[in-house]
Amino acid sequence: MKKLILPFLLLSATAFGQQILLPTVTGNVETTFQYLNEDTLIGAQQPSEKAVLNSYALVNYSNKGFRAGMRVESYLPHVLGYPDRFSGTGIGYRYVGYTHKKVEFTAGNFYEQFGSGMIFRSYEQRQLGIDNAMDGLSVKLTPTEGFTVKAVYGRMRYSFDSRIQNSDGLVRGVDAEIDFNSFLGLLDSSKFKISIGASFVSKFQNANNAQYNMPKNVGSYGGRVNMKYERFFLSGEHIIKENDPSFDNGYIFNNGHATLIEAGYSQKGLGIVVQAKSIDNMSYRVDPDAALTDLQINFLPALTKSHTYNLAATLYPYATQPVGEVAFQADVFYKIPKKTKLGGKYGTQINVNFATAYRPVRHTSGVNPLDSNRVTYKTGLFEKSDSLFYRDINIEIKRKLNKKWKVGVKYFHFDYNNDVNVVTKDAKGIISSHIGVIDVQYKISRRHSIRGELQGLFTKKDKGNWATALIEYNISPKFFFAVMDQWNYGNSVKSRQIHYLIGSAGYIMGASRIMVTYGKQREGIFCIGGVCRPVPATNGLTVTFTSSF
Amino acid sequence: MKKLLLFVPIAALALFSFSNNEDDNKGKKIPSVNIKDMAGNAINTAEVSNDGNPIVLSFWATWCKPCKQELNTIAEEYDDWQEETGVKLVAVSVDDQKTTKMVEPYVNSTGWEYDIWMDVNGDFKRALGVNFVPHTFLIDGEGTIVYSHNNYVPGDEEELYDHILEAAKK
Repeated sequence: MKKLILPFLLLSATAFGQQILLPTVTGNVETTFQYLNEDTLIGAQQPSEKAVLNSYALVNYSNKGFRAGMRVESYLPHVLGYPDRFSGTGIGYRYVGYTHKKVEFTAGNFYEQFGSGMIFRSYEQRQLGIDNAMDGLSVKLTPTEGFTVKAVYGRMRYSFDSRIQNSDGLVRGVDAEIDFNSFLGLLDSSKFKISIGASFVSKFQNANNAQYNMPKNVGSYGGRVNMKYERFFLSGEHIIKENDPSFDNGYIFNNGHATLIEAGYSQKGLGIVVQAKSIDNMSYRVDPDAALTDLQINFLPALTKSHTYNLAATLYPYATQPVGEVAFQADVFYKIPKKTKLGGKYGTQINVNFATAYRPVRHTSGVNPLDSNRVTYKTGLFEKSDSLFYRDINIEIKRKLNKKWKVGVKYFHFDYNNDVNVVTKDAKGIISSHIGVIDVQYKISRRHSIRGELQGLFTKKDKGNWATALIEYNISPKFFFAVMDQWNYGNSVKSRQIHYLIGSAGYIMGASRIMVTYGKQREGIFCIGGVCRPVPATNGLTVTFTSSF
Repeated sequence: MKKLLLFVPIAALALFSFSNNEDDNKGKKIPSVNIKDMAGNAINTAEVSNDGNPIVLSFWATWCKPCKQELNTIAEEYDDWQEETGVKLVAVSVDDQKTTKMVEPYVNSTGWEYDIWMDVNGDFKRALGVNFVPHTFLIDGEGTIVYSHNNYVPGDEEELYDHILEAAKK
C-alpha cells in the first residue's frame, strides 16, 4: 500500500500543478532505439531480437521544501555494450526528501560526492551505463553558515532487473567542511579564502574467500584544503584507505592512498592550471570481487583533457589506473587580444595541454610477500618510475575571422601504453600517434550554417593511419544534418581498410530532441570524464529521443 | 497490478508534457538545490534573482564544444543584451572532478562576465530534468521559466534573444 502513495502525490501534482504555481514537476525522458544489422567485416552483431531499446523517464516533484521523485527504466533488451544483467522495465531510482535551511535529508536513492570524490562519489553517467546510486539515507546539516556536515548510509546500486538490484554490502560515510570566509565571519572581507574538509567512509562486506581472511569492515579517511588569493588558487586532498584485499589488487593487504594537488592562476586573457596526482592501491568497491565499473565507492579523476574530436577521443583514450599511477597535467588558455595584429578583429584563442602518467615505484626489498600479513610492497607519495603509461601533448588555435567564418586547428601527440590500458589487440607496448584537425565553420545566414572537419591520425603501429571527414549543416533553431566518414586507409591489411560511414539528422523542439542515425560505428572505447566503456561495433539505425519537462 | 498503477501518473506526465511541445518547461519555477558558485560561495538555486529582469540559465561544460561556442558567441553581444534588456546570464558548469578546476581559468581567460555556478555532481541538472548540455533556460522577472532549448547551432542565440526581449517587455 505504501508504494501507492508516491504516484498518487505525483498524479495530484500534475492535476493541480497548473492552477497553483507552487508545486513544481520537472523531469526528463530519454529513449534510445536501435535496429541492428549483422556486419562481419566490422564485427557488428545482430541480436536475436534484431532491435534493442533503452529508455528512462525521470520525474521530480517538489513543493516548498518537500521533494519526491522516481525514474522508470526499460532495457528491452539493453543497447549493446551495457552490462548483460540490465533487463526489464521498472523503477530504477526513487526518493523522498525534505530541505530546510539548516537540514536536508533524502531517503531512498541519492547521489553524493565528498571532496573531489576520491573517497566517495555516487553518480550517474548514463551513456557509460554507470549508476552507483546509494539506497538508504542522506543527511546534510548546516548548523551555522560556512559549516556543513554530510552523512550517508546505504547500499549501492549494482544492477537492474525490472527493479533496482543493490549491493549486499553497506557504505557509510560522513564529511565535514568549514568555509572560513563565511564561518563566524572569521575572514569575512579578506582577499584570502580558505576552506577545509575531512571525510570518513567505511564499507561493510560479508566477503568469503577460501584463501584469505577478508576484513568485514574497510575504512578510508582523508582531508582537503582549498585556498584562494586574488588570482591564484591552490587545493589539495589526501585519502588513505585501509587494507582492502580485492580482485583488483590481487588480494593484497596493503593500505592505499590517493593524493591530488591542484594550483592555478587566471586573469583576463590567461588561465593556467597545473595538477599532480599520486595513486596507489585505491580501487575501492563495495564488493571486493567486483570488476569493470561495478560498485565503485570512489572516483579517481584522470588527469587528461577530455577530447572531443572523434579520432583523438576514441582511439587511444586514457583511464585512471586505480592500482597505481603518478600523473601530471598542465593546461594553459591564452587569448591573443582582439583588434591586434596577431589576434585579429575578434581575438584568437590558444590552448596548450600536457598530460602524462607513470607507473609508481614499488619497493619489495625487505618485504616478504609470502608472510602472513600479505603486505607485498612499499611505496611513497609521488614516487614515479620511468615506465610510461601515457603522454598527451596537444595545442589548439581558434579564431573567428569575420562575421561568417570561424577556423580552428588542433594538433595532438599521444604515447599510449597498450600493455597497461588495453585498447587494441593489434599492437603491443607504446603506441605513438600524431593527430591533426582542421575545423571550419561558415555562417550562411541568420538561420543557416555549415561546418566541416578534417582529421588525420598517423601511427606506424596498431591499425595504421586513419582519416575522418565530417560535414554538418544546421538550420537554427530546429534542424541539423551531418555525415561523417572514418576511413582506416593506412591498415596494413587491404581488406580492413574500412570506411565507417554514418549519417544523422536531428529535429529540436524547444527542450525535446529527436535524432536519427544510420551507418557503421567502429568498435572502440567510449569515455566521459575519464571513465571509459568498450562499445561494440554496430551497423544499423539508431533513434534517440530526449525531452525535458 | 501495483506496478501498473505506477505507470499511470508517469504516462499522464509524459503525455501532458509532450502535448505542450515547445512550452515543456513553461510556467515553472526554478527548483531549490544547494550548490556553489565558482568562488566557492554557497548558492540556493531557487533564490536566483536579477531585480525583476530576465535571467538566462545555461548548462555547459569545458569539454562541450557547442556549449562553449554558444557562450562565446553570446559574450560578444552580452554588453548590448544587458544594456537593452537588463538580462543576466548564469552559466552552470556540469564539469565533474576531472575538469572542474579548468572552469575558472577557462572562464577568466575568455573574459566571460557571467555568473558561474558549479554543479559538480549533477544535482541541479537532475532537478531541472536536463538530459544533455548545452541546455538553456530563460527565466522572466518573476522567476518563471518562459523558454528552454536543448542544443546549440549558430543562430540559436538570436532566437534566444528574441525571447529575452519578449520577457523584458513584461
